[in-house]
Amino acid sequence: MPTVSMTVNGKSVSADVENRTLLVHFLREKLALTGTHVGCDTSQCGACVVHIDGKSAKSCTILAVQAEGAQVTTIEGLAKNGELHPMQAAFKENHGLQCGFCTPGMVMSAVDLVKNNANPSEQEIRDWLEGNICRCTGYHNIVKAIAAGAKAMGR
Amino acid sequence: MYNFNYHRPGSVADASKALAGGAEARPLAGGMTILPTMKQRLSQPSDLVDLSQIAELRGIKASGSGLVIGAMTRHADVAHSVEVKATIAAVASLAEGIGDPQVRNRGTIGGSLANNDPAADYPGAVLGLGATIHTNKRKIAGDDFFKGMFETALEPGEIITAVEFPKPEKAAYVKFPHPASRFSLTGVFVAKTANGVRVAATGAGPCVFRVKAMEDALAKNFSADAIANIKVPATGLNSDIHGSAEYRAHLVTVMAKRAVAACR
Amino acid sequence: MSEKGIGSSVRRSEDQRFLTGKGHYVDDMNRPGQAHAAFVRSPHAHARVKMVDTSAARKAPGVIAIFTGSDVAADKLGGLICGWTVKDKNGDPHKAPAHPILAYDKVRYVGDHVAVVIAETQAQARDAAEKVDVDYEVLPANIDTAKAMKGAVVHDDAPGNLCYDWELGDRAAVDGIIKSAHHVTRIDLVNNRLIPNAIEPRAAIGEYDSGSGHYTCYSTSQNPHVLRLILCAFIMGVPEHKMRVISPDVGGGFGSKIFCYAEEVVCTWAAKKIDRPVKWTADRSESFLSDAHGRDHVTHAELAMDKEGKFLALKVETIANMGAYLSTFATCVPTYLYATLLAGQYTTPIIFANVKAVFTNTAPVDAYRGAGRPEATYVIERIVECAAREMKMDPVELRRRNFIKPDQFPYQTPVALQYDSGNYGQALDAALKMSDYSGFKSRQAEAAKRGKLRGIGVSAYIEACGIAPSAVVGSLGAGVGLWESAQIRLNPTGSCQILTGSHSHGQSHETTFAQVVHEHLGIPYDSIEVVHGDTALVPFGMGTYGSRSIAVGGSAIVRAADKIIEKGKKIAAHLLEASVDDITFKGGEYRVAGTDKVKTIGEIAFAAYVPHNYPAGVEPGLDETAFYDPANFTYPAGIHICEVEIDPDTGRTVIVNWTAIDDFGKVINPLIVEGQVHGGVAQGIGQALLEGCVYDNDSGQLVTGSYMDYCMPRADDLPSLKVGMTETPCPHNPLGVKGCGEAGAIAAPPAIINAITDALGVMHLDMPATPEKVWRIAQQNRPAAAAE
Repeated sequence: MPTVSMTVNGKSVSADVENRTLLVHFLREKLALTGTHVGCDTSQCGACVVHIDGKSAKSCTILAVQAEGAQVTTIEGLAKNGELHPMQAAFKENHGLQCGFCTPGMVMSAVDLVKNNANPSEQEIRDWLEGNICRCTGYHNIVKAIAAGAKAMGR
Repeated sequence: MYNFNYHRPGSVADASKALAGGAEARPLAGGMTILPTMKQRLSQPSDLVDLSQIAELRGIKASGSGLVIGAMTRHADVAHSVEVKATIAAVASLAEGIGDPQVRNRGTIGGSLANNDPAADYPGAVLGLGATIHTNKRKIAGDDFFKGMFETALEPGEIITAVEFPKPEKAAYVKFPHPASRFSLTGVFVAKTANGVRVAATGAGPCVFRVKAMEDALAKNFSADAIANIKVPATGLNSDIHGSAEYRAHLVTVMAKRAVAACR
Repeated sequence: MSEKGIGSSVRRSEDQRFLTGKGHYVDDMNRPGQAHAAFVRSPHAHARVKMVDTSAARKAPGVIAIFTGSDVAADKLGGLICGWTVKDKNGDPHKAPAHPILAYDKVRYVGDHVAVVIAETQAQARDAAEKVDVDYEVLPANIDTAKAMKGAVVHDDAPGNLCYDWELGDRAAVDGIIKSAHHVTRIDLVNNRLIPNAIEPRAAIGEYDSGSGHYTCYSTSQNPHVLRLILCAFIMGVPEHKMRVISPDVGGGFGSKIFCYAEEVVCTWAAKKIDRPVKWTADRSESFLSDAHGRDHVTHAELAMDKEGKFLALKVETIANMGAYLSTFATCVPTYLYATLLAGQYTTPIIFANVKAVFTNTAPVDAYRGAGRPEATYVIERIVECAAREMKMDPVELRRRNFIKPDQFPYQTPVALQYDSGNYGQALDAALKMSDYSGFKSRQAEAAKRGKLRGIGVSAYIEACGIAPSAVVGSLGAGVGLWESAQIRLNPTGSCQILTGSHSHGQSHETTFAQVVHEHLGIPYDSIEVVHGDTALVPFGMGTYGSRSIAVGGSAIVRAADKIIEKGKKIAAHLLEASVDDITFKGGEYRVAGTDKVKTIGEIAFAAYVPHNYPAGVEPGLDETAFYDPANFTYPAGIHICEVEIDPDTGRTVIVNWTAIDDFGKVINPLIVEGQVHGGVAQGIGQALLEGCVYDNDSGQLVTGSYMDYCMPRADDLPSLKVGMTETPCPHNPLGVKGCGEAGAIAAPPAIINAITDALGVMHLDMPATPEKVWRIAQQNRPAAAAE
């Protein structure tokens, strides 16, 4: 079995994996970072979105071995010193989550949007979320939360 | 997913060797198609040859005559590239519409073209602009590259290294997305070039195709009205629960008109 | 109102863990020594299983055990059950063919369970499952709902594929009125089959402790106690005290996680057989194949009217698809949750309904968000809309003319239910105003200038929530009581736990239930925690479905709080040296009436657990349990108005305006209730515009087996939603609440189809209104439009 090494949430990690091990399974099973979820098998639902080298990506569609040497950030790495990231806080304030299952991917995707577009319009937010499916919220409050989170990140 | 051997070469030459070494070796570019297919156990390569560490496959070069985009350039990098926007804005906007943001952050132009999914967007740009595919062995004209559903002119072990897009006078790509998959149900790329007008339709048929009747009409009169009554035959087009062949044929005309109107 | 009490938009207690990746869903859990299960599923819709050869699979790396239907039979496991007996019009109970845990003679839908492979890793289990060689004799498949009664026989003991032929009302009387009425509107429609698609796939871990004989089943269930009951009493023959079911954080259910499924049975049973925990997590493809689907009705309806448009009689005839086997509550959905709602918000004096439930070679069909009530509302609100168009009456006016008036409550409908409260005209007025209904014509004209077809549609829905009371549902065939339990446990230092039999999988109970107790007991909100989803912790429960949690579960909590207050009064009277009758309780304080002598509830709790100075005859402790069995259903109702724009060149429909006015009675947390409306509406929009489960009619293969083909609503498919509320409190429960979880999914579909058909100038269009369908109609109507 090959050994794969990368930096996850600022910590160097290393583990033996099969070549076929997906990054999401490496995170969940080898590192016990179970905040990153799997909701589909066709790379569409986005529950598994993490940041790889600063960009959002679907960890269910990347082999762990492909992430060799990468900087990976998961939902567990977003809050700093016990303080919610502004995007996380905005999701709470605007009731942008219900069952919570799509939420980690949704938040990680939203943070990447704001990195690319500091002040997204409602339509830009809705378009960006093409790769994140939520079955609970009807997206209404997610869109509100991301707009508010973008403002807060700009402060 | 079945297990496989994994290679991570640093050069095209090494990649080529690795591809020759496995019985069913396949290159791994962005992985946005092959990995989902493998997850569903629909594909069982013996070896995956990861092209991501090969520097010579990345990057965008613009010149007065056009663009050369490295095969491993991600869709997001094309979409956001100042050079691409300035040289052929239609290619940037096409890239911006591929998949979702996470797919665009991983998927590559070379991977998309080598896969030649009938509903992919990039084949529309290659055929619509008369681009040239550079490989580790040769240069292939866009018109000769796409051979059929998921089939290209690439030979075993042949790796796309770059795509060369000539700069048109004006061009645009407009698509109607598949409601579920968000691939192109029908997309049309229209370009007015020094060598004439080119119209390429993707998503509608088993393989991207040019619409000669529209090209001829637009050569005489480059306006949406000029093609309003030109219908492509529905025979042989794709058909599924989201769009019959007849509907797709109709959409070719609608998207072509909109692309002409959007040309700049 | 307290800052965190009833009526306040308290931000959720649940969110901290979900937002930081610290939720605990079943797949996040791993048990020591655990093995992994993979199921061998039928690739055929209908086939005889001639032989299952596991010899090659047994030799595959990591394989621990393989079980087939004959192993299940050898261990005498019961089959999966249907817990509601519906009587055929001839008096017989419905046909209930065997539903084996693992198929042994026949498979009856694509995805049916044939065998299970248990291995050291999930990948090894799946690798080996492919090596199980099953010899099938393929049989003709029966797929199409409308033609099911003439199709291939699915079960030998259900001739003509008929599960039941059920009636409500007097057919002859209704036919008589229809025959002589001034006008009769007739409609044929399909309520499209849906796949629920909670984003968390189902999962289970079974565990067995051979030392104590205890089983534990971790499940993604919406109702762990009900699952325990079924596992123990009907399938495994294990006493309930030897079975613990834990449903931790669950990522959405929408009905699909109410039911007892084969996979959780197999994991629990196999854990004992291999003496190791057994885990299974569905991948999405398995969810598509094997989760219970929803809806799937084919209906003909007739509405008789007088010349003023007063509704005189309604006749509804429906074929409802049950799928290949009866799921846990399948039979009651198209009967007692459907036909009993056919009065809608109207005074239609006489109604007849006939429902034929049929078996097909498709996945089982059961409750999905709304369950029967969306189907009823769709029939009513489509036929009323068509009636208005045929009678050339304003559809809003026609509805208003037939509304049950506020002074008619309680209102006995002709279809068994007694509506308790409502004010439908008030909601309509509010919705017309919020949607600027009167300005529609000018918006339509403006859209026409841009080449767009604009339409508007109204839906006046009613639902029945908190299905009850137990004696009534029992008389209608329910195999369970439909009460709820709650326990409120004060700790010695004044903090508090609420143990509820409701289960939250997105509903926000941890927040709203704490608000209720904070309001009633005056305990600081942050000192209250809600415990649910574990049969070893919570006394008992019937779970969460049918928008019942606040109306039934919330009421049980209030009753438990009342018991706490009463017991506390005895302790306070002793400590304050007063008579119990003189003690008042308000805002967390026991007070001797008219004095400043006070003890806080925290002090009383301390005294109860450290009873050094304590009233004689009073038990120590402050921990009370209540069971609540409601007197009636609750009846949320409202008006949704949808405005669409259609691109006639592509058929693409865009929802440009959505207005929802809902009456949920008293609202505990407006922010959370609005969120429930948003989610329900999104699922209703999904049904009307995007979603439709498609099986190939010949092969029975599931065409929409992934998100590549099954069209899930995405953010850019949906509009921003305008949501408002009216309030007529429920008169028969202590909170005055009605429930809100399903309203949007019930209200939305007819509003959209009414809007689209309005824009297109046609009477009818079946869901989902895909671009191609809409384009075809727009093309047909184009010459007429051009001539105008």
